[in-house]
Amino acid sequence: MTREVPTTVALEIERVDFAYPRRCVLQKVSFTVPEGRFCVLLGLNGAGKTTLFSLITRLFLCQAGSIRIFGHDVRRQGRRALSYLGVVFQQPTLDLDLTVHQNLSYYCALHGLPRREVGGKVKGTLRAIGLADRANDKARELSGGQRRRLELSRAFLHRPRLLLADEPTVGLDIQSRQAILRQVREGCDRDGVGVLWATHLVDEVRPEDALVVIHEGTVRAQGTAAQVMAETSTHSVHQAFNSLTGGDPT
Amino acid sequence: MTPGQYLGCLRGILVREGLRFVHQRERFFGSLVRPLVWLFIFAAGFRSILGVSIIPPYHTYILYEEYIIPGLAAMILLFSGMQSSLSMVYDREMGSMRLLMVSPFPRWYLLLSKLAAGALVAVIQVYVFLAIAWLWDVRPPVMGYLYVLPALLLCGLMLGALGLFLSSFIRQLENFAGVMNFVIFPMFFASSALYPLWRIRDSSVALYEICRFNPFTWAVELIRFSLYDQMNWIALGGVLAALAAFLGAALYGYDPGRGMMTRKQGV
Repeated sequence: MTREVPTTVALEIERVDFAYPRRCVLQKVSFTVPEGRFCVLLGLNGAGKTTLFSLITRLFLCQAGSIRIFGHDVRRQGRRALSYLGVVFQQPTLDLDLTVHQNLSYYCALHGLPRREVGGKVKGTLRAIGLADRANDKARELSGGQRRRLELSRAFLHRPRLLLADEPTVGLDIQSRQAILRQVREGCDRDGVGVLWATHLVDEVRPEDALVVIHEGTVRAQGTAAQVMAETSTHSVHQAFNSLTGGDPT
Repeated sequence: MTPGQYLGCLRGILVREGLRFVHQRERFFGSLVRPLVWLFIFAAGFRSILGVSIIPPYHTYILYEEYIIPGLAAMILLFSGMQSSLSMVYDREMGSMRLLMVSPFPRWYLLLSKLAAGALVAVIQVYVFLAIAWLWDVRPPVMGYLYVLPALLLCGLMLGALGLFLSSFIRQLENFAGVMNFVIFPMFFASSALYPLWRIRDSSVALYEICRFNPFTWAVELIRFSLYDQMNWIALGGVLAALAAFLGAALYGYDPGRGMMTRKQGV
């Protein structure tokens, strides 16, 4: 099966540095995510993934280097850049006291969706993830997996062209993890959404995925997962990751 | 973004804050119990001790209960403003603040919308309190209930902006109580909420000056005059200036490049 080669760069990170007052977190980080590509940002806890997400989403501003989303600089054209983004943060962001429907409606309002479209979009989204009958339940009544799937679906409500997902499968069982991954990969293939998927779980990486290995704030390798394995002379992503991060490569 | 989208965003934030308020009924009753205790018990006990002379906007001698009503209304706004900042710290810890901050609307607009939502909720609480006070025989002029509305909104925004500013540099919920003790009680007691400032001047000129320039005093006086169909321009100017200062500081605090958030390592 031939796949159309994406040409537009959805996310461009160029020589980004960032330090907290007493701790340097990111140094000269550079990589790109093409439109319609599933890119895995693989790193151990504390590697700098979440800080990088905070920079991309303009919660922090980088101290050196630049971040562009579809060509729009996050520092100078922040609002325009953010309008392309769908984000699933590591921390859950559902309001547990609101109903499922209210949570999604609130998100639509924050992204400027016309009111007349909201009802239909929310219904369609809930139907797609099998939560149509839970629309009026409070978010706290959902299971962990359902909440995560809801957050993920919510991030697609305004039809973003780039999805950022920061360890969205942490703490979930294997079936929920697979369901979430499948949902995102489908969005990537079907709608051409670029995806930056941060994780420390190597089994979430496929050989054809774009892969960026980050360790102690620096990019240690990038390319397709197959290329990274070849460069490190290893036979699995797990081995390649360990050899790049100082773990046991066997 | 079109004006309609801006309105939709504001509406979404108002609805969310309103729903949160409805879902937290104990917060509503808690906010009413405090001023009612002051009105029913404190004011009754101190009625004969703390006499109030004829001072503007009053045209005659009034009972102490009547004097402290504007102060207690402002107290509701003050606690509500702090409550919203508490909810900002909570939102930040729970991650929902991030959701707000990555919206493509301007950050100042998002924070202002959140502030407006908090002020509206607080004003509703004040009106419920004024209705109970009316049953307690504290009855300002009928038109005063209307005139006081913009004053309440303005003061609610000003005190909410103070809370917003405070929330920008409080990292964890646990730190909040300590900061509140250094803000709420000094602001409330060093003001004209419970006693006229001339009484304080009799005791200490320095304290009188502090009270005079306390933004909470301006809020109380603006509410007091509005409730009695009058305008206190100095108080209005003071509230507007304090609103601008607190809002500016809050926006600075939530600015990703300059504010406190980066140093605190979290939003």
